Amino acid sequence: MTLWSVTLATLKKDIRLEWRSKDALNSMLFFSLLVVVIFMFSFDPLAEESRHIVGGLVWVGFLFAAVMALNQTWARELRNQVLDAYRVSPAPANALFLAKALGNFLFVSVLETLMTPLFVIFYNLRVLGPAWQLIPVAILGTWALVVNGTFFAAISLRTRSREIMLPLLLFPISIPAVVSMVASTTAILTGEDSAHFYIVLLLTYDVVFTTACLALFEKILHAE
Amino acid sequence: MKRLFPILAILTAIFLAYALSLALGKATPTDAQQGDVYRIIYYHVPSAWTAFLLFFINFIASIQYLASAKESTAKAAKWIVIAVGVIGIIVTFLPQVQQQLASNGMRPSAMATTIMCIPAFYFLVGWLFPGERVDVLALTTAEVGVVFCTIVLVTGPIWARPVWGIWWAPGDIRLTSTLVLWLIYVSYLVLRKFSSSAQTQMLAAALAVFGALDVPLVYFSIWFFRTQHPQPVIGGGGSMDPRMLHVLLMSWLAFLCFAFLVCWARFRLELLHREVEAAHAMESLGSATAKASVPLRRAQ
Repeated sequence: MTLWSVTLATLKKDIRLEWRSKDALNSMLFFSLLVVVIFMFSFDPLAEESRHIVGGLVWVGFLFAAVMALNQTWARELRNQVLDAYRVSPAPANALFLAKALGNFLFVSVLETLMTPLFVIFYNLRVLGPAWQLIPVAILGTWALVVNGTFFAAISLRTRSREIMLPLLLFPISIPAVVSMVASTTAILTGEDSAHFYIVLLLTYDVVFTTACLALFEKILHAE
Repeated sequence: MKRLFPILAILTAIFLAYALSLALGKATPTDAQQGDVYRIIYYHVPSAWTAFLLFFINFIASIQYLASAKESTAKAAKWIVIAVGVIGIIVTFLPQVQQQLASNGMRPSAMATTIMCIPAFYFLVGWLFPGERVDVLALTTAEVGVVFCTIVLVTGPIWARPVWGIWWAPGDIRLTSTLVLWLIYVSYLVLRKFSSSAQTQMLAAALAVFGALDVPLVYFSIWFFRTQHPQPVIGGGGSMDPRMLHVLLMSWLAFLCFAFLVCWARFRLELLHREVEAAHAMESLGSATAKASVPLRRAQ
């Protein structure tokens, strides 16, 4: 039982479950659609203004939507004591964490791919900076949200009212990532600044917190 | 120990009153540009230092708690901490780093002292607070630290309104990082409050480590915004009348005594609380076995 075989098996199982039920994806999609519409009514921006604010709107929308998927990550494993079974099995704890994080990354990425055209349509967006840089920002930003989100979902699993706990734990820690995502997206959309600094910062955030999650997850899994 | 507490409390009250009289007294010069408004610094800055010190102790105690779970990790953590101290001191005296520090207005000796605090506090905390007590220390310092950080966040805007003309400077590096620090520690306390698991300590310690990792990233994420906050008084580029500095340090000492006193009281309270909980658990366990044993005897 190597790390990767367990990771792949868990990931496959999660994707199959999601493919059949589509619980997380449907709720996330509808939720972020609502966010787009509500933001559209709340601010009625011109094309020029919208370039400055849409980076914030997009990422706040995705952050809120991602919390819905993250909350369901571990709840699934509680039924039939799957998590307890995992705890006593000799499979490495980090394999479970990686599989969950990768699964969430996949779901949130699907959400982003489907929702981005809507933002473009509703806000009449035209990118003035180097548009290809949005791809590393999206990948690194999504991983930053998802890796800590999966970890804190495992922590909030052990609390009362766990669905409320996750955002309370996740948002303060995510502030530098959100700042970097919003600032780099705005810089690329307006073409006024270089986004390099923030992309490097996002990369640092990802490396630091992925390491921390992998180092501490075993303790969290066995904390009962 | 019990008798020492009221004596220390009275001494701290006198000390605090003395520091306040110094801060408001005529003997301390008034700031040439700001007038008397500046005197809030004698509450604002000492609270900030105390809060940061308490959060630092919380971080060290959390690492200590995480490491002490297993013998091998405890040993590894010890060596890592020593390595951090040694490498930190060597790095601060490299010419390139010294240049960088000088351009930011920091003295290398101040930097080296700060880094030396990590191993020093680590071993001190491990020695003074063995076993479960280190977790009580983490909880206590987080709670008291949040109170002092709240004082900082309240006194800051009170000062900023007349001097800057605005209550809050969004995007300012010091204001924002202090606010985020406060948010992280409030979420830490919420987790402590809401956790139903017997392993709350482990979860909270993990969150504290995450929070500490987050602080430098918060700092860099707002790097590009210009800063409006005055330069730090010590170790920074700011300069201050020695009489003012004297009052500031006196005030800080008084605040430290106060923080120590509150932490001590809270520490003892939490220890008692845990003892009572353990006693309750033992009692219910005892009555459960007693009840269970009754039908057994009848069966015989």
